[in-house]
Amino acid sequence: MVAVRLIPCLDVRDGRVVKGVRFRDHREMGDIVELAGRYRDEGADELVFYDITASPQRRSVDVAWVEKVAAAIDIPFCVAGGIRNVATARAVLHAGADKVSVNSPALERPQLISELAEAFGSQCVVVGIDSIRDGQALRVRQYTGDPDNMVDPRRDTEHWVEEVQRLGAGEIVLNCMDADGVRTGYDIAQLDHIRARCRVPLIASGGAGNEQHFLDVFEQADVDGALAATVFHSGQIAIPELKRWLTGRGIVTRV
Amino acid sequence: MTIAVINSGGANLGSVVHALNRLGAESLLTRDADEIRAAERVILPGVGAAAWAMNALREAGLVEVVRGLDQPVLGICLGLQLFFERSEEGDAECLGLIPGTVEQLRAGPGQRLPHMGWNQLAWTDPDDPLARGLSGDEWFYFVHSFAAPVDHAVATCEHGMRFAAVVRRGNFAACQFHPEKSAAAGARVLANFLDL
Repeated sequence: MVAVRLIPCLDVRDGRVVKGVRFRDHREMGDIVELAGRYRDEGADELVFYDITASPQRRSVDVAWVEKVAAAIDIPFCVAGGIRNVATARAVLHAGADKVSVNSPALERPQLISELAEAFGSQCVVVGIDSIRDGQALRVRQYTGDPDNMVDPRRDTEHWVEEVQRLGAGEIVLNCMDADGVRTGYDIAQLDHIRARCRVPLIASGGAGNEQHFLDVFEQADVDGALAATVFHSGQIAIPELKRWLTGRGIVTRV
Repeated sequence: MTIAVINSGGANLGSVVHALNRLGAESLLTRDADEIRAAERVILPGVGAAAWAMNALREAGLVEVVRGLDQPVLGICLGLQLFFERSEEGDAECLGLIPGTVEQLRAGPGQRLPHMGWNQLAWTDPDDPLARGLSGDEWFYFVHSFAAPVDHAVATCEHGMRFAAVVRRGNFAACQFHPEKSAAAGARVLANFLDL
């Protein structure tokens, strides 16, 4: 039986790992290769690197650090940020990333998803979705890496989730923006709602604050993986203990 | 030892080279027939679609070269699928080294496709040299939507259906998971392959 995945997310700015709260006030967390190696040793199942400055600044991800990470670690990792064409995705995948994640550029030009799926297979193509509650609706946000230039692409999250699957997305990371960085738990209701519309692996993002939050999201929203940053970076939750704790409560983890 | 990693043109071939480097083994990413024939170990990695990868091998003139290899050869992921006769993916004729047809995975209730993530194996032949030093409980990283039949499997895995996780026929062995991305367990499988 496939294990749930615990995925530390490393936000990258100018080649360093940073973390902000509600997408603002980024603090430095350390060197990429060092942190990646630490998480590998602790039993992280996968890593995601978000180049948070690449997309708003309309520039591509820098592949030099991708290559360094690939040489250092032997678990899968995904790179996101500023991938807006097949050539850039190829450079990132050739540098050793296992998947690329597209968010804002896919909203600009949804066809990008099919181009990537055709070139590399759906399994390499992750679509990241930043979703925000707007009354009863769930709405997508664009360029969230830079709050001053954030855009409303005028799309409902549900419709976008269905469209990206039709276009060939192999996995969806749903970042629930209202929960992000505030450590009060994943947005279970939203994730469960999207799960029902998602045939491909679904990764929960935003809101992890303690061990119970992980148990809740796996039990109640049936997600395939849970992504978190602050609780892992700060050392508040250690992955080996979290895995043992979840396993003791009936969740299948890689231990 | 000379190790040839066949450059089948797919994505993240570099990962296999990096994994071999971590084991202290140097390898050559190549599509040169002579280099491949002369190598003591050959690895056929692959990410992408079967029809596309077979075309790439055909265009590089490597189909007969691979079929004719008599040193230990390791297929990885799509590389495993290419060892079989056919693949449903793009209705591709493959290398025909192992009888059988690669089929699309059918996910069971509550399961997703692609089969993406860490899973465990059931070794049908725990004495296979690739299993040396493994307890059998290890987790390996999979990412695929198509899978090979279990008839020639020395280890199987299950996701909706049981499929071949490790196959062997003579000098040709292959794994559906990515040993280069499977942490210590994967490194052990690669080291076992180098030690054959």
